Amino acid sequence: MPEFTDLLFFVFAGLTLLFGFLCVANPLSRNPVTSAMFLVLTIISMAGLFVLLHAFFLAAVQILVYAGAVMVVFLFVIMLLDLKEEARRKLNRVALTAGVLAVSGLAAILVRAVTAARPAALALKAGPLAEGDTAPLGRILFQSYLLPFEILSILLLVAMVGVILLSKKDLR
Amino acid sequence: MNVTLNHYLVVSVLLFCLGLFGVLARRNVLVIYMSLELMLNAANLALVAFSRFNNNLNGQVMVFFIITVAAAEVAVGLSLIVALYRKRQTAHVEDLTSLKL
Repeated sequence: MPEFTDLLFFVFAGLTLLFGFLCVANPLSRNPVTSAMFLVLTIISMAGLFVLLHAFFLAAVQILVYAGAVMVVFLFVIMLLDLKEEARRKLNRVALTAGVLAVSGLAAILVRAVTAARPAALALKAGPLAEGDTAPLGRILFQSYLLPFEILSILLLVAMVGVILLSKKDLR
Repeated sequence: MNVTLNHYLVVSVLLFCLGLFGVLARRNVLVIYMSLELMLNAANLALVAFSRFNNNLNGQVMVFFIITVAAAEVAVGLSLIVALYRKRQTAHVEDLTSLKL
């Protein structure tokens, strides 16, 4: 008998894949804003999958950082660049067919590789379950991963300075 | 039927392939960039699934780092796109061929 969480997995996985498809290959609209909106929906459904995997903090971060901050930046740039002419362009049929073939081949290989794994390796490991709450995650982040964490803050600073430099008007 | 690691990995693979298809098929730089984000998210999903099924939080910390780096990367990439648009007045990859021989 399937559990309720298993049902939820199929709901969220289906929604993630559906919205992801609509994000990259929406048959009705080729407007970048539509893609951005479907990407937001994809990310939110993926946060649902994170919750099912007991990664509660990451689900919250996913929604706050991706669906919030990153997508707002995307929408800002879409607003700044006037992209109306994009919809009128013709699709390149040959490239599209080649893309579909290549990607479905890759998908077939990867899915085959995943399903060929030994079943014993796939079961939930025994022992006390590691929950992705803030407390255990924070403990591991500030004990084992303190140096990468500090490097990351420098990376963010560098990115910030770089972005300011790049968006100056007279870029030399 | 129980949901196993396999199910999550298959979803992750399919999502990655969708992102790859977007990169190959779409011609708008911004949409290509969004497809790249989708591929990054697919990798994140695989990492979180591994972390859960191996009962180990290291994978989640890795995803935390990936999300942070991705945020920085998005900011830099988008400012590059804006700078490019200022110079060339286009966000279409087929118009950006000045490096072509």
